[in-house]
Amino acid sequence: MKLTLRVWRQKNADAPGAMATYEVDGISQDMSFLEMLDTLNEKLIVEGDEPVAFDHDCREGICGACSLVINGDPHGPERTTTCQLHMRTFEDGDTIDIEPWRATAFPVIRDLVVDRSAFDRIIQSGGYVSAPTGSAPEAHATPVPKADADYAFEHAECIGCGACVAACPNGSAMLFTSAKINHLNVLPQGAPERESRVLDMVATMDEEGFGGCTLTGECATACPKGIPLPSIAAMNKEWLRAARRAGRR
Amino acid sequence: MALATRTDRRPSITRTFWGSTVGKKTVMAATGLVMIAYLAVHALGNAKIYFGAGDFNDYGHWLRVMGAPVLHREWGLWIARVVLSASVILHGVSAYQLSRRDIKARSTQYVHKRPRASYATRTMRWGGIILGLFIVWHILDLTTGTVHPGFQEGHPYQNVVDTFSTWYGNVIYIVAMLALGMHIRHGFWSAAQTLGVGNATRDRVLKTVANVLALLLTATFISVPVGVMTGVVS
Ligand code: HEM
Ligand code: FES
Repeated sequence: MKLTLRVWRQKNADAPGAMATYEVDGISQDMSFLEMLDTLNEKLIVEGDEPVAFDHDCREGICGACSLVINGDPHGPERTTTCQLHMRTFEDGDTIDIEPWRATAFPVIRDLVVDRSAFDRIIQSGGYVSAPTGSAPEAHATPVPKADADYAFEHAECIGCGACVAACPNGSAMLFTSAKINHLNVLPQGAPERESRVLDMVATMDEEGFGGCTLTGECATACPKGIPLPSIAAMNKEWLRAARRAGRR
Repeated sequence: MALATRTDRRPSITRTFWGSTVGKKTVMAATGLVMIAYLAVHALGNAKIYFGAGDFNDYGHWLRVMGAPVLHREWGLWIARVVLSASVILHGVSAYQLSRRDIKARSTQYVHKRPRASYATRTMRWGGIILGLFIVWHILDLTTGTVHPGFQEGHPYQNVVDTFSTWYGNVIYIVAMLALGMHIRHGFWSAAQTLGVGNATRDRVLKTVANVLALLLTATFISVPVGVMTGVVS
């Protein structure tokens, strides 16, 4: 396949950026999108240009590092991560636009790489359980109903890639935050911090400069792990419950 | 089970709500639902226009004596006015502040654009502005009569027929009611999500209720100018 790529190039966080156009040839349909970019970079290096910087790590859809907006869609046209997107989704001769995640809370560091440490700070403010150290507890000591376990697992699938933020017209992190909160709040292990978790994580989300939710549903459409939109309503419910209790104290 | 390991130092409940995007959205949802409830009553009242001037003017009169004899004349009406004004203001201020924040949170747009979200969803802000302006115009037109040449205090039937005998009266009113329908279509369902009553199983039902509510209210409100234009109401 022969492709025309229009790629966002930006030297560093403070430099202005622009789209640059490149031609790549010899792309196989079986290549992943990232392998296609590797091919472009090899060509750029040979020609003495700077390779395009992009995030990636596991390349098997589990780490959440890869983060490209392809033709206006985070992770491209299929519901998967960029590393799991294959070139057979495209046609020979296509022009493909590649941009970084766009959100004020995710500043561009270079080319297609953004700083997603705002997510880490949301997690740090409550996305954990406090457990006493020592030997492992007896497995039957804390039973978890099957329905709750499934619900927790559905939300535990979030890999924190940030596609939800990139897709949201308000740059909102509600879907990510709701996945983390719902995952822990439904489990007995998460119960002691049930209220402080949701209040603190939502507060951090706001402090980091993410926008609010207007329920456009773009986040859930973009999510490679299928975190559903009602997760946001579930988080709102947890937040209202916690806020009322905090007010009663 | 582990104990909570940190002491809470949290602001007052008002600060918690007004200071949070989630809390402020709750204010929008609650005030929006108050306004929808009022509009349902208002639409029923408007429908009385089809039973003639006597019936319709009686309704106008009842608004002034509702709650009597517990409430003094017009007290009920003033309570409703205060609650509604507070709702409009809180709703509008929250909408403004949240929208400002949302726009700032996505300061750079994508070069590759594609349409996002449904029409009703995308038009909430402009639709809301149209509704805000309409509320002001509507009060000046049919409550105070400030912008209504020939306004007759205490003759609502005549005033309504009057308003819808002008082309601009019809245009303003019908455009605003279409905007209202769109706003409620996304707004009612949104409010359910914001208040945490939405979930996967209820989603279909909530969307249907939102659409039916939007359609019924818009149709009832628009039927009045159409009625005047076609001579059903005169
Ligand atoms: C003062 C004029 C108004 C303005 C500026 C305004 C603006 C807005 C905005 C910007 C939103 C959020 C949109 C979104 O989430 O995408 C909204 C939501 C909403 N509006 Fe309005 N609106 C106004 C009047 C009304 C009226 C008259 C009603 C009652 C019929 C209403 C009912 C609602 C409801 C129920 C919501 C959903 C709240 C939520 O998402 O939780 N609004 N409005
Ligand atoms: S590189 Fe790990 S998910 Fe794509």
